[in-house]
Amino acid sequence: MTALMVDTGTKPPPEREKRERFGAWRRLPPKAKVGALLLGFFILIAIIGPSLAPYDPSYQNPNPSLSLNSPSAAHLLGTTQNGQDVLSQLLTGVRMTLELAVIVGLVATAIAVVVGISAGFLGGLWDEVLSLLSNVFLVLPALPLLVVLLGYLPQKGETATILVLAFLGWPWGARIIRAQTLALRNRDFVAASRETGEASWHVIVYEIMPNEISLIAASFVGTVLYAIGASVALAFLGLADLNSWSLGTMLYWAQSDQALTLGAWWWFVPPGLVVALIGTALVLLNFGIDELGNPRLRSGSGTIKVGGKWWGQTDPTPVLSQAQRRPSRAGSFLHSFSRESLTEGPTEVAGPVP
Amino acid sequence: MTTTAAPGTQANTSQTSTGQSGAPRWRGGDNEPILEISDFSVVYRTGRGDVRAVDHVNLSLHAGEVVGLAGESGSGKSTLAYGSCRLLRPPALITGGRVVYRGRRLGTAVDILSRRPDELASLRWREIAIVFQSAMNALNPVLNVRDQILDVIEAHLQVSKDEAMQRLESLLDFVSIPRQRMKSYPHELSGGMRQRVMIAMAMATDPEIVIMDEPTTALDVVVQRDILAQIVELKERLSFAVLFITHDLSLLLELADRVAVMYAGKLVEIASAEEIHHEPAHPYTKGLLNSFPSLRGPRRELAGIPGTPPDLRNLPPGCPFLPRCMYGTAACHDIDMSLAKVATSADPEHVTACPFVLPGTPLPLRPAQGNGADAGAPQTEATGAQ
Amino acid sequence: MRFIIRRLVFYAVAAWVALTINFFIPRLMPGSAVEDIMSKFPNLNPAAYKALEAMLGVGHPGSLWHQYVNYLNDVLHFNFGTDVTEYPAKVSSLLAQTVPWTVTLVGTATIIAFVIGTGLGILAGWRSGGWLDRVLPGLTFLQAIPYFFLALILIEVLALHAKIFPLGQGYAGGDIPGWNWQFISSAFYHSLLPAFTLIITNVAGWMLTMRNVMITTNGEDYVLAAQAKGLPHKRVVLTYAARNAILPQLSGFANALGFVVSGAIVMEIVFSYPGVGLLLLNAVTSNDYPLMQAIFLVISFAVLFANLIVDLVYVFIDPRARARSA
Repeated sequence: MTALMVDTGTKPPPEREKRERFGAWRRLPPKAKVGALLLGFFILIAIIGPSLAPYDPSYQNPNPSLSLNSPSAAHLLGTTQNGQDVLSQLLTGVRMTLELAVIVGLVATAIAVVVGISAGFLGGLWDEVLSLLSNVFLVLPALPLLVVLLGYLPQKGETATILVLAFLGWPWGARIIRAQTLALRNRDFVAASRETGEASWHVIVYEIMPNEISLIAASFVGTVLYAIGASVALAFLGLADLNSWSLGTMLYWAQSDQALTLGAWWWFVPPGLVVALIGTALVLLNFGIDELGNPRLRSGSGTIKVGGKWWGQTDPTPVLSQAQRRPSRAGSFLHSFSRESLTEGPTEVAGPVP
Repeated sequence: MTTTAAPGTQANTSQTSTGQSGAPRWRGGDNEPILEISDFSVVYRTGRGDVRAVDHVNLSLHAGEVVGLAGESGSGKSTLAYGSCRLLRPPALITGGRVVYRGRRLGTAVDILSRRPDELASLRWREIAIVFQSAMNALNPVLNVRDQILDVIEAHLQVSKDEAMQRLESLLDFVSIPRQRMKSYPHELSGGMRQRVMIAMAMATDPEIVIMDEPTTALDVVVQRDILAQIVELKERLSFAVLFITHDLSLLLELADRVAVMYAGKLVEIASAEEIHHEPAHPYTKGLLNSFPSLRGPRRELAGIPGTPPDLRNLPPGCPFLPRCMYGTAACHDIDMSLAKVATSADPEHVTACPFVLPGTPLPLRPAQGNGADAGAPQTEATGAQ
Repeated sequence: MRFIIRRLVFYAVAAWVALTINFFIPRLMPGSAVEDIMSKFPNLNPAAYKALEAMLGVGHPGSLWHQYVNYLNDVLHFNFGTDVTEYPAKVSSLLAQTVPWTVTLVGTATIIAFVIGTGLGILAGWRSGGWLDRVLPGLTFLQAIPYFFLALILIEVLALHAKIFPLGQGYAGGDIPGWNWQFISSAFYHSLLPAFTLIITNVAGWMLTMRNVMITTNGEDYVLAAQAKGLPHKRVVLTYAARNAILPQLSGFANALGFVVSGAIVMEIVFSYPGVGLLLLNAVTSNDYPLMQAIFLVISFAVLFANLIVDLVYVFIDPRARARSA
C-alpha cells in the first residue's frame, strides 16, 4: 500500500553524499595531512630543486676567502671548505636521496607484497620457509651487514645501494602483510570466494589485496623511511658514491672536513634537518594511515568533549546535564563578579536524592 | 562467612532509623524499585551526527526480581544497561533522565548520574555487578582466577586475607569449580568454566543487582543449560535482582519474572513473562515470538520479521517499527511511543507502546509490507517458543 | 618451555645464516673485484697477504667445504683472523677493546630510554585526551631525527658553546684506562652526552608506541570489566591495562634492537667514542675486510643474545606464552 511505503530515512539525501566525498580529505586524520603536505613539499624540491640551485654544487671555488663562509646574501646557506655553495648541494641532494629511497621502497615493497601474500595465502611449508627467512633477516642488524655488502662492492653507486638496501628492506613489510593475509584468508568472504571456485590468483587480487591497501601503503612509507635512514647512515660512513650529491654525502663531507669542530653549523645542520623533516613527514603519514585503520588511535577519538572537559575510555560515561550544570570553582568565582549573578537563583546542587 | 552480612540476609532490612547523616533512612518495602530508570536517553556522538541509542526509556527493577531485556542487536538494550551504571565508552553521552538506586544495604537513595567517579567506584560491583557476554574477553589474560576474584573482594570488603580466601573458596564451590583451578589463567579454562568464574566474581561482594549481558550466547546449548540452572540456583540462595539482556526471547520466557522488549532505542512493551509468552501486545513482540520454531506441534511456516532495523541517526517521527510492521498505518507517524497499560491483560503492569494493537488483534487482511507469509488469514498468537 | 626452545633454535639458525653470509660474501665477489681488493694492499706482509687470499677464496686453499668447516671452527674459537691494517694485531683483540664501551653505553642508554618511554606512554594512556596529544607532533619529529644528527647539534650547543660536556672521546686524554676512580669518573662524564642523545631520540619512539598500545588496550573488554568492578583507577590502568599492553611493546622492543644498535654505532662516530662505531669507520676507510666482517658477526650475535633475553622476560610476564606449545 502506498500509504505505508514509508521512507525510513536510512538513505542520506543526494547533496549530503556529494559533500561526503569531498569531505574525505577533511576526514583524514590531521597527522596524515601534515605529513602528506610536508612530504609533498620535499617531493617538489626533489623535482625542481636542481634547477633552482644558484650554483653548481660541485664547483669548488678556488678563492680561499669564500671557504667556509657563514650564510650571506650570495650564499644563502654558506659555503663548504672548498667554497661550494651549501644551498645548491642541498637542493640537488634532496632529489638524490628521495629518488633512491622511493625506488628502494617500491622494489622492497613489491617483494614484500609477493612474499607476504603468498606466504599467508598458501601456507604450509612455503610459509614456514619464507617466514623463517624473513625473521632471520629481521633479527640480524641491518647496518653492519649493509656495510659488509657495500664494502665489498667495487662501485658504490646508486644501483648497488638500491639493490643492497632492497635486499634487506623487504622482510619487515613481508611479515606484516603475511599476518594480515593470514587473518583475511580465514574470513568468510574469502572462503566464500574460494567455495565458488574462484582461481587463487583471482581471490588474491580481487578479494585480499583491496583489503590490504592501507597496510601496503603503510609498509611502503615505512620502507622509504628505512631507506632514507640507512642510505644517509651509509653515506655518512663513506659507503656511497662520494662524487654525487645526496644528503648523506653532504654529511660525510661535513664530518670529514671537520665542520663540527670548526663550527660551520650551516654545513651540517641543513642536510640533517632536511633528513629529520622528511623522516617526520613519513612517520606522521604512517601514523595517519594507522589511524585510518584504527580510528581509536586518533587524538580525541577514544574521547568525547562535554562541558569543556575531555572524557576518555577510563572515565565514567559523561552526563550532559551534569557537565553543563557544574561550573568550575574558578569559573563560578569569576562569574560572581558579573551582573547576571545578582539576579540568578541558587544553583542546583546535585547530590543524593532523598 | 565474613564480617559482612552473610548472603541472603538482606531481605528484611525495612526498619527506620537515622543514619549517620541525620537524614531518615529510607523506609523500605518491597514495592519501591531498587533501580529506577526514568526518561533515560543516551546518544553516541559520532562525526556524522548523534546516534540515539536509547530514547526516553522508563524501567524499574525490584528487589529479587528477574527482568529480561530483549531486542535485536542495536536495539539499545546493552546501552541501556551499561548506561545506567555509566559504563559506556566514548563517544557515548547520557543526554537525559535519572537513574536512582535504592539498595537495601545503603539505606539512602543514590542518584547515579550525579555521582563523582570515585563515589561511583564504591557503588560498582558492590551493589551492581555485571556478568559479561564473553568471559574470554572480560577476564584479564595475565591474572589468574584467584587474583581476579580477590581484586573485587579486597576493593570492596574490609576483610582479612584469610577471610578473603575463605570467601573465594566458597564462591568457587558455589559455582562448582574445583578449588585447585583458582591458580589457572583464563586461557586454561573451558568456555563454561570461564563463564562460571565470571558469575562467581559477580557474587563475590553479594550485590543487590546483577546485570547479565547475554551470558550464555557464546556457549553451546548444553553448557548454556548448566549455566542458567546455576544462575537460578544462586538467585534463590542470595536473592539478588537480575537484569538479563538477551536477543533470545525464548530464554526469558523461562527465566524472567518480567520482560521488557526494546526496539530502536525505545521500550515497546513490558509485561510478565507469562503474558509476553501468551498474550503479547506489541507487533514487534509478536513478530519475535513467531520467529521460533516449536519442537512440538504442527509445522508452520517461519515468519520472522522482514526488513532491517532503522538508522538511529535519522529516525522519523512516530513509531520506528512502522516500516516492518504488519499492522502499520499512516496514523503510526503521530504516536509518541509512551507506554500505556493494556486493559485486557492479566498482568496489571502490562504496558505497550502501540495504541492500536492489542493481544488478539487480528492481522489486517492486506498485510502492510507485502510479506506474503500470512496473507489473508487472521493471525492467532501461536507462539513458537519452546 | 617449548617456546624458549623454539626461540633458541631460531637464534641458532639466524646465527648460522650470519656466519654463512659472512663466509660467502667475499668468495662471491666477481674476479675483477677480488683483484681490485688485493691491489689495495700492495705493502702487505706476506702472511697477512696469504690470510687475505684465503678469506677471499683465491689461490686454491682447499675445497669449499673444507674452508667452511675451518672457518666455523675459527669463529667458535673467537679467532677472527689477523687484522689487515693493524697487522699483526688480532681482530679479536681489537674487538675486545671496543665492544665493552659500546655495550655499556648503548645497552644502558637503550634500556633507560625504553623504561622512561614506556612509563610516559602508560601515563599518556592514564587519562584521556589533552596534554599528550598536543605534544605528539613534536615527539614524532624527535623520533625521526637521525641519532648522529642530533648528536652533532648537541655537541655544537652543549659542548662547543656551552662547554658543559666534553667534545668527545671516551675519557679524558691523559687518563690511563683501568679500574681507578679517575678513569671511571672521566669515562662516565664522557658518556653522558652520547647517552643523552641516545635516550632523547629513543624515548619519543617508545612513548608513542606505548601510548598507542595503551589506547588499544584500554578499549578491551577486560579493562571495562575492571572499571565495572569498581577497582581503584591505579589498579585498572596498571594491572589490567599496562600489564597487558607491555607485551606487544616488549615485542616491538626486541624487533627494534637491531635498528637501535645500528644507529647508535653511527652516532659513536660523531663523538669519537672508542666503541665499535669508530672501529667500523676505520675498517671501512681502510678497506679492512676481516675487521668489517668480524664487526658484523659480533654485533649480530649481540643483538641475537639481547633478543633472547627479551624473549625470556616475555615468557616470564605472559602466562599464555608459558603454555604455548606451537
